[in-house]
Amino acid sequence: MCAAARKGRRKKEAPAGDTTTVESRKTTTPGELPPRDKLFQFLRDMLLIRRFEEKAGQLYGMGIIAGFCHLYIGQEAVATGVVHALDRERDTVITSYRDHGHMLVCGTDPKLVMAELAGRITGCSKGKGGSMHMFDLKRNFYGGHGIVGAQVPIGTGLAFAHRYRQDGGLCACFFGEGAANQGQVYEAFNMAELWKLPVLYVIENNKYAMGTPLTRATAQPDLYRRGEAFAIPGDFVDGMDVVAVYNKTREVIPFVREKGPFILEARTYRYRGHSMSDPAKYRSREEVEEVRKHHDPIDQLRKLLLEHGWATEAELKEIDREIRAVVNEAARFAQDSPEPPAEELWTDVYVEG
Amino acid sequence: MSITLTMPALSPTMSEGVIARWVKREGDRVEPGEVVAEIETDKATVEFEAVDEGVLGKILVPEGGSARVGEPIAILLEEGETLDQLEAEGAAAASPQTGAPAKAEAAPAPSAAATATATPAAAPPKAPAPAAPAVVRGGALPPEPEIPPGTPMVKMSVREALRDAMAEEMRRDPDVFLMGEEVGHYGGAYKVSQGLLEEFGERRVIDTPITEYGFTGIGVGAAFAGLKPIVEFMTWNFAMQAIDHIVNSAAKTLYMSGGQVRCPITFRGPNGAAARVAAQHSQEYSSWYAHVPGLKVVVPYTAADAKGLLKAAIRDPNPVVVLENEILYGQTFEVPQLEDWVVPIGRARIAREGRHVTLVSFGRWVGLALEAAEALAKEGIEAEVVDLRTLRPLDRATVVASLKKTNCMVVIEEGWPMCGVGAELAALAMEEAFDWLDAPVVRITGADVPMPYAANLERLALPRLEQVIAAARQVCYRD
Repeated sequence: MCAAARKGRRKKEAPAGDTTTVESRKTTTPGELPPRDKLFQFLRDMLLIRRFEEKAGQLYGMGIIAGFCHLYIGQEAVATGVVHALDRERDTVITSYRDHGHMLVCGTDPKLVMAELAGRITGCSKGKGGSMHMFDLKRNFYGGHGIVGAQVPIGTGLAFAHRYRQDGGLCACFFGEGAANQGQVYEAFNMAELWKLPVLYVIENNKYAMGTPLTRATAQPDLYRRGEAFAIPGDFVDGMDVVAVYNKTREVIPFVREKGPFILEARTYRYRGHSMSDPAKYRSREEVEEVRKHHDPIDQLRKLLLEHGWATEAELKEIDREIRAVVNEAARFAQDSPEPPAEELWTDVYVEG
Repeated sequence: MSITLTMPALSPTMSEGVIARWVKREGDRVEPGEVVAEIETDKATVEFEAVDEGVLGKILVPEGGSARVGEPIAILLEEGETLDQLEAEGAAAASPQTGAPAKAEAAPAPSAAATATATPAAAPPKAPAPAAPAVVRGGALPPEPEIPPGTPMVKMSVREALRDAMAEEMRRDPDVFLMGEEVGHYGGAYKVSQGLLEEFGERRVIDTPITEYGFTGIGVGAAFAGLKPIVEFMTWNFAMQAIDHIVNSAAKTLYMSGGQVRCPITFRGPNGAAARVAAQHSQEYSSWYAHVPGLKVVVPYTAADAKGLLKAAIRDPNPVVVLENEILYGQTFEVPQLEDWVVPIGRARIAREGRHVTLVSFGRWVGLALEAAEALAKEGIEAEVVDLRTLRPLDRATVVASLKKTNCMVVIEEGWPMCGVGAELAALAMEEAFDWLDAPVVRITGADVPMPYAANLERLALPRLEQVIAAARQVCYRD
């Protein structure tokens, strides 16, 4: 399928209609459902992100978290589906400033993430990076980049390193549909295809670049086609359906490892504002409610588990309770941790020696 | 247990909010995610969503009323709980919004809200910041390398010295590679990388498209992954398209990651005016990069320093900016024939000793300073020439020691005067050698104009010998 796509023969036409509403149509046949254990992992990870972000929003309201803070609520299925499809031993992950969810699904301890948000020494960047600049190299997570689109060439550079070392790894490089208009993205696309670098570009199309809907900012809204000029194939997937994201990612990964870059557009939605200070007046409450009621990634997965008889309501409630406890513990840890000592102002400017 | 809803901080600058409207009324059920109230902040009217479920028990701030961030605005009751019960227990026992840790309870308390706004009450007291270290160096400074007696010196152009440095480092470390425009098949736009493709192949000598922003970002990503890229800019003028990655991605990420993410990358290429290429192709960037913590900046003059400093740059675990000069590429100097000639970053060099005046310069203009010193010697002024070699970290000690000896200083640089390297050195003289100064520091800089094309005007826009000689006479009171 992918080889055909590379020649420019795509199976699907661009979806018609208003692209500012969530694409509800399944873009892939769900294929085989992942095993029950996997589905439970998805649920746990998505719930962890949801509850974590809700708590972060709450702590922001209390003044414990400050500055810019971009929540991932609504988009959980994208990072979860993609990261679970990767080979976590060798593949690398990089994303934008909306990065808490990616870190959590990569396996970083929520305590370290929350402590970083609170600006504490126990945070993953010793409190010196904050919400937008978080890294966990032990888990192959390369940030956390605050400049819109910067992670695209940097992620392509991670893919360059995979190829240089012939280690078989790939880089999953996430960016939003707003970043998809940045010039550096296309410079990177060109070199990625020219050098056949193993990079999976995941465009998280949440419909709004800050307050500007996709249709008002982009001349051609089918973002998965953004690689056509460079002969990079692409496809799109319902980013509110974790199974679809996971299956589609698994489907394209062998191509990325062997042949080079691929663009996966995940059509998703963020429930909250662009950042904490966004009043979100550019869309109606009804629009948000519609997505929440009918397309919520967590509700959809819960329903799936119940329908198949793989979980009971009681089990799901128990999981939610466990996750809440983890998140509360993270919040407690963050608040109980000290701020960085004053000496930290002067460290980590240079590698010593 | 009941939960006290407090005035949330809804923007980084908000200190107070007004309840525009209570969407929920007392007695209403509240689900997580439901809008409880609309709050007018300093920026906009924002919906305030519930995080926890419960029943809105009591509204403490009416519509139109204001509260400071952290002050209680309502009480949320748990299922089955009543307000009377709560009052009987004492409102003080109500847990805050988080419903969790003891320390957090202090945050929304009215007394705390009266003083602090966005400061978490749980935060420990801040210690006073320590004084800034004079120089954030990045490791101890290695000594100047010794040239053992009997070491043969070979004549070599700066161009060859730079190529040899890259070749030696690429032989030494398989993680080192070169990327840039025309570095491979073309042999380098200025022939600096000549022969490297033949020796190391296309895997390690990589021609890029003309996309500085993109390939610099790719280089930075490769460095984050542990490779040691040498990114060549055809000239530094074009690196302005890439300066975002040099500053935001390469220089800052170590700090922003709390020391986790290293960026061992070398950015190099010719800097400053070549000849007759006008304003957009003749800019001097020393002070731009020297301004940035997290970068190291070297500006070699001699072939020996070009080779030794570039080797040091490639080995350095930090991002290093190497500012070369096209005019110097063809000039020859003596280079010690040693197996591994490395010049430490951060150490200036006395290029000529003297006792009457200190002439400080770097890069191509050290040549002008030496020429001026030669001319001044004929009239009895013994000038000491300091070649800075590294701009960041600056070797303040060598400059100050020379100044204390001569008591006056002239700085020669090609860059514009405003916020330039000369301005920095004048400040250094004030800060560390004020009592030794016999005359104000004089700066000879590039003219404060875009570089003109006409030959006569271009000459006038660059530092000139007669300016340096006049300045030296002036600070020595020999006019």
